[in-house]
Amino acid sequence: MLGRTLREVSAALKQGQITPIELCQKCFSLIKKTKFLNAYITVTEEVALKQAEESEKRYKNGQSLGDLDGIPIAVKDNFSTSGIETTCASNMLKGYVPPYNATVVQKLLDQGALLMGKTNLDEFAMGALGSDTGGSTRNPAAHCGLVGVKPSYGLVSRHGLIPLVNSMDVPGILTRYVDDAAIVLGILAGHDPKDSTTVQDPVKPFMLPSLTDVSKLCIGIPKEYLVPELSSEVRSLWSKAADLFESEGAKVIDVSLPHTSYSIVCYHVLCTSEVASNMARFDGLEYGHRCDIDVSTEAMYAATRREGFNDVVRGRILSGNFFLLKENYENYFIKAQKVRRLIANDFVNVFNSGVDVLLTPTTLSEAVPYLEFIKEDNRTRSAQDDIFTQAVNMAGLPAVSIPVALSDQGLPIGLQFIGRAFCDQQLLTIAKWFEKQVQFPVTQLQEFVDDCSSILENEKLASFSLKQ
Amino acid sequence: CALAWVYGVSRHRRGAPTGSTSNWIRGQSSLAQQPLHTARKPRKGEHKWAAVVGLEIHAQISSNSKLFSGSQVCFAAPPNSLVSFFDASLPGTLPVLNRRCVEAAVMTGLALNCHINKKSLFDRKHYFYADLPAGYQITQQRLPIAVNGSLTYGICVGKRQSQVTTRTVRVKQIQLEQDSGKSLHDDLRSQTLVDLNRAEGQLRVDANVSVHHPGEPLGVRTEVKNLNSIRFLAKAIDYEIQRQIKELENGGEILNETRSFDYKLGCTVPMRDKEGKQDYRFMPEPNLPPLLLYDATSLPAGADSQQVINIDQIRERLPELPSVTRERLVQQYEMLPEHSFTLLNEVGLLEFFQNVIKETRAEPKKVTSWVLNTFLGYLKQQNLAVRESPVTASALAELLDLLDSKAISSSAAKQVFEELWKHEGKTPTQIVSEKKLELMQDQEALEQLCHSVMQGHPQVVMDVKKGNPRAINRLIGLVRKATLSRADPAVIKAILEKQLSCH
Repeated sequence: MLGRTLREVSAALKQGQITPIELCQKCFSLIKKTKFLNAYITVTEEVALKQAEESEKRYKNGQSLGDLDGIPIAVKDNFSTSGIETTCASNMLKGYVPPYNATVVQKLLDQGALLMGKTNLDEFAMGALGSDTGGSTRNPAAHCGLVGVKPSYGLVSRHGLIPLVNSMDVPGILTRYVDDAAIVLGILAGHDPKDSTTVQDPVKPFMLPSLTDVSKLCIGIPKEYLVPELSSEVRSLWSKAADLFESEGAKVIDVSLPHTSYSIVCYHVLCTSEVASNMARFDGLEYGHRCDIDVSTEAMYAATRREGFNDVVRGRILSGNFFLLKENYENYFIKAQKVRRLIANDFVNVFNSGVDVLLTPTTLSEAVPYLEFIKEDNRTRSAQDDIFTQAVNMAGLPAVSIPVALSDQGLPIGLQFIGRAFCDQQLLTIAKWFEKQVQFPVTQLQEFVDDCSSILENEKLASFSLKQ
Repeated sequence: CALAWVYGVSRHRRGAPTGSTSNWIRGQSSLAQQPLHTARKPRKGEHKWAAVVGLEIHAQISSNSKLFSGSQVCFAAPPNSLVSFFDASLPGTLPVLNRRCVEAAVMTGLALNCHINKKSLFDRKHYFYADLPAGYQITQQRLPIAVNGSLTYGICVGKRQSQVTTRTVRVKQIQLEQDSGKSLHDDLRSQTLVDLNRAEGQLRVDANVSVHHPGEPLGVRTEVKNLNSIRFLAKAIDYEIQRQIKELENGGEILNETRSFDYKLGCTVPMRDKEGKQDYRFMPEPNLPPLLLYDATSLPAGADSQQVINIDQIRERLPELPSVTRERLVQQYEMLPEHSFTLLNEVGLLEFFQNVIKETRAEPKKVTSWVLNTFLGYLKQQNLAVRESPVTASALAELLDLLDSKAISSSAAKQVFEELWKHEGKTPTQIVSEKKLELMQDQEALEQLCHSVMQGHPQVVMDVKKGNPRAINRLIGLVRKATLSRADPAVIKAILEKQLSCH
């Protein structure tokens, strides 16, 4: 049951083959067994069980709220959840319990979804494992064999999403299947009066058509994305995917995004600048961590922020403030904004020339083992890991990572599709077709759990922690 | 709240010089031409100085909710009771622009003859302070909502401050800006208490002051912050101009610094913790798209009127501006310009005046005089606002009718007014009746009284006949006393003169 599509589970719930409470308990059992992975910061068993009870009642009365009623979901810990601790994986917000729900969380709860808990992330979503902002939905999706959707900027409300970079952040969706992501996107999309950057046009939930004929499609392959650091496995899969489209009648062409090489630096300047600004509110006065020093307000600010933030966060704040200084603003921030415009225009030009979607890798390679990973500093890792994903955030475009195959090491590899702004439905339609062609093996959860148990017997991993 | 930059020109100094021999020039940017034959070499120590004053005015918009959050705005609410999640800068909250505030800013811009920018932008201004929970304030630094306006105002000049002359001041810009909270410093416990409802005071002014010799470049300016009343604003500016002139004449230099005004000592002092220049690290506010305003020509077809703001519509809805009102009052009621200023400068007074006019037969000049002298006098004495007045417009109108119809004398009217002020619920007519203040209308009775007074005071009559000019007044006074002040002195005088001429 835990490996099925959303619609299948929903149907099973409707038919009474399984109840929301049973589903909920199965999930929690798995969560407990995989606790050593430290994937959850907060597990909300009581809340979820209560929601499951209510969902069960509704199903009994034949009044289910929709496809998401009784479905377990998890929410990254940088989304505000009313009455449930929200930490952004930072000391700074340890113990912070928000009084309101993010709009996207509220929408999911209104549909009857069950909140399993708040998931882990790099502190304030600033690590190489991602930022919502540069690829942290697509990246983990690629590494874990999942579908990761980044909607168009302005389609989904950011109200309640604790921001990193307001002009690039977008709530992302992680599911096993494209159809599931489409269902969720249909629920989440739409104007929110509380978020002035959401578009006004009305959005209705969409059903993805099952595409059979791709001969009218034009797929663009950006040549600047063929970088030397790309692993041969990924390159090969990327090439095979292009071939696949071509063999099915689609037009596949090389395109150019000439300003790609400036993207990382541009992103870094704009990201750190906005971060420095967004982190200014964490001063220990209104909420969150407060140090013990009370000599003066300034001393309290300084100590609170030193204690509350790790050095990655502090480093970015300092960089950002540097770029925003009066004497630097023109040369760094304004320049970066101009380059950002050029990068966005690169995409516009390509889409205007008849291309429907772009096909690129999502990551340079499969997931790097932890010991290997920590050899490089955060900045380098960010630069490497976000290389294919962050230009999309700068341009505000929709993108999706689809799992394609397992590497020689048995680790998942994904590929990315990038669409036109607000053409999310078209993007997911093409992705769904591709998903069907690829037939990526569904994770066999029982095997996985058994493997984990045997690992657990090995004492070394008892103190294993992914949290930096 | 909104903020306006206003640049004034040289200030006219009032009062005697305080020891220094410096003089200021008054006037606009063009200097008066000095005919050659009156020019003389400046004496040592005597230099002409010109001061330049720029005001940064923080005015709170009167609206039901705040500029960016949905919170209510309510006078004297308990601390931190009107704070939304956004006001407390809870993580994940976003600003949402308040339509009414934008309209208020446009109205202000139009009233001040500004050019309204159809596109304006929002920025973040960063600094750390306890009453600024987000660590930045949302303002309009790059492109504000209105620019390049002007305000024509009147100023009392002349020996007795009785003449009004008009001047014009430039308004550099008007920008929408987020209000901060309010800090209360508790020095005893070394604590600061923060109330995030809103900042203190409906009006706060920062004054930028510099001095220079005419013809030379502008001097270094200082900023005097957080002045809360017009009176202290004037004092602070006066003091600061003096201070700068003294400093420069003594060979010193002016620092570009921030100062505050010490109300008790009446002087400006440097602010301790503003060391070095603040870099506010301005950055565009990414959560607010550009603010677009429309007018009749640019309004998109089929636009939802709830979603757009039409400048032309707002212009049509503007109430009559003060200068127009004053002009109208002078024309319509034949009052002096300075009267029109007074009527408009007191909250509620114009309405009160107009209500009296509506209900009374008395001529406007009389009404003006009673409202501005008697009524306003009583208010000021007891430090009351017009709305707190115990005397209503109707009551005053009734009183003036009695006066107009000569039912009572003017001194009786003053007595009635005093009684009305006690607010015992009696009408003017009732008071007149109770206190027997009616003017004696009976001509015959009056003549008899005059006759008997003259008979009772032969000496005074003799004085009158001798030609003593003051004697007649004594007679009038005696008759008035006899009538318990219920007779019109003019009438008494006429009767006496007639009777005297007969003897």
